[in-house]
Amino acid sequence: MNLTVTVNGTAHTVDVEDRTLLVHLLRDHLDLTATNIGCDTTSCGACTVLLDGESVKSCTVLAASVDGQSVTTLEGLAEGERWHRVQEGFRSKHGLQCGFCTPGMVMAAVSLLDENPSPTADQVRQGLEGNLCRCTGYHNIVAAVLDAAAAKPVTS
Amino acid sequence: MIPAPFDYVRADSYDAAAAALGEHGDEAKLLAGGQSLLPLMKLRLATPAVVVDVSRARDLAYVRDDGGVLAIGALTRHCDVARSADVTAHAPLLAHAAGSVGDPQVRHRGTVGGSVAHADPSADIPTALLALGASYVVRGPGGTREVSAADFSTGFLETVLAPDELLVEIRVPSARGEAWGYEKFTRRAIDWATVAVAVQKRGGETSVALANMGSTVLRAAATEAALASGAGAADAAAHADEGTEPAADVTASAEFRRHLARVLTKRALVAAGR
Repeated sequence: MNLTVTVNGTAHTVDVEDRTLLVHLLRDHLDLTATNIGCDTTSCGACTVLLDGESVKSCTVLAASVDGQSVTTLEGLAEGERWHRVQEGFRSKHGLQCGFCTPGMVMAAVSLLDENPSPTADQVRQGLEGNLCRCTGYHNIVAAVLDAAAAKPVTS
Repeated sequence: MIPAPFDYVRADSYDAAAAALGEHGDEAKLLAGGQSLLPLMKLRLATPAVVVDVSRARDLAYVRDDGGVLAIGALTRHCDVARSADVTAHAPLLAHAAGSVGDPQVRHRGTVGGSVAHADPSADIPTALLALGASYVVRGPGGTREVSAADFSTGFLETVLAPDELLVEIRVPSARGEAWGYEKFTRRAIDWATVAVAVQKRGGETSVALANMGSTVLRAAATEAALASGAGAADAAAHADEGTEPAADVTASAEFRRHLARVLTKRALVAAGR
């Protein structure tokens, strides 16, 4: 089927099988490989992207379902050379170890801060309950999100 | 993992969905938020020939105060139910349960009607709705009927829905100002309930619903009877697993589930002030 999806601000019209999952549309058809496939069972959150601004697990969304909608991946967060404040937070607080969960963690955190701009540490932990870090690097991840929350949002 | 091939049909309204079901019959499966169905399809445990995507049927996504009854469109997402002022006022138990489904990503996609129609006995939404005494509005070519939450699920992932019918609305009698409790035990934050218990008081009566203590969500009848006879929380909760047949699986033995039902029922009753 033909579908048109705006990804990171650019409209793409692609021809995919009806059964194509959003994560495969991003990785295999649009070559946006920051979004990782981890568990592939809606558990780990590595494949988290924003759909019309809200976090979803792209391994559990049909590409067909997002026809006409807007998707943001990790590649779409920075504005030119200027990183998103959540990316800055993960860098400055070293919110990663192996890095595999990081794209999903960052996108989940962006959605979390959009819904709750000033979360407590406990609310950050609750808000990231859908994202697993197998390095167990949660302490610095929470610190990174709190650091991002304290920073001024980038306005364009 | 990729689902087996199917034909995709987009239905952005009740009428479009009904037409698609009329055309494809029992070969079709409705896809709401897809947070339960797509994992089953990826594991090839479900292989529908036609998927009718109703995730953007906006005429079935609403929360309305219908004069003492909360009317919730079947395709209202968990996140929208959890933060709805009307749900929080009239059925705080449901708002809490919606906020504890899966994780934020799942709640951004999953719908309350999808959860009810999927009829997983371990799910939060049908458990809360059973305690709240909700009913489900079902529509098909033969007309519209209203089914009580107690009569809706007929077995594991089975309901009274005919292949050409849709669950269109959930109706919850207002429980404004009434006490409630919800206790869920999970191994990991985002897991399905190993066991969950919903308690709703209403006009001096107390309803107790159990998740994952049988092939459907269940009322804890013996506990409710004990409470009606004046028993306290601890004594009434000791009967919570009576008449249930919980499964044993990798998460818990049947005996552990019985233990959890008793302990969580006591906690939920205490939270509801019993």
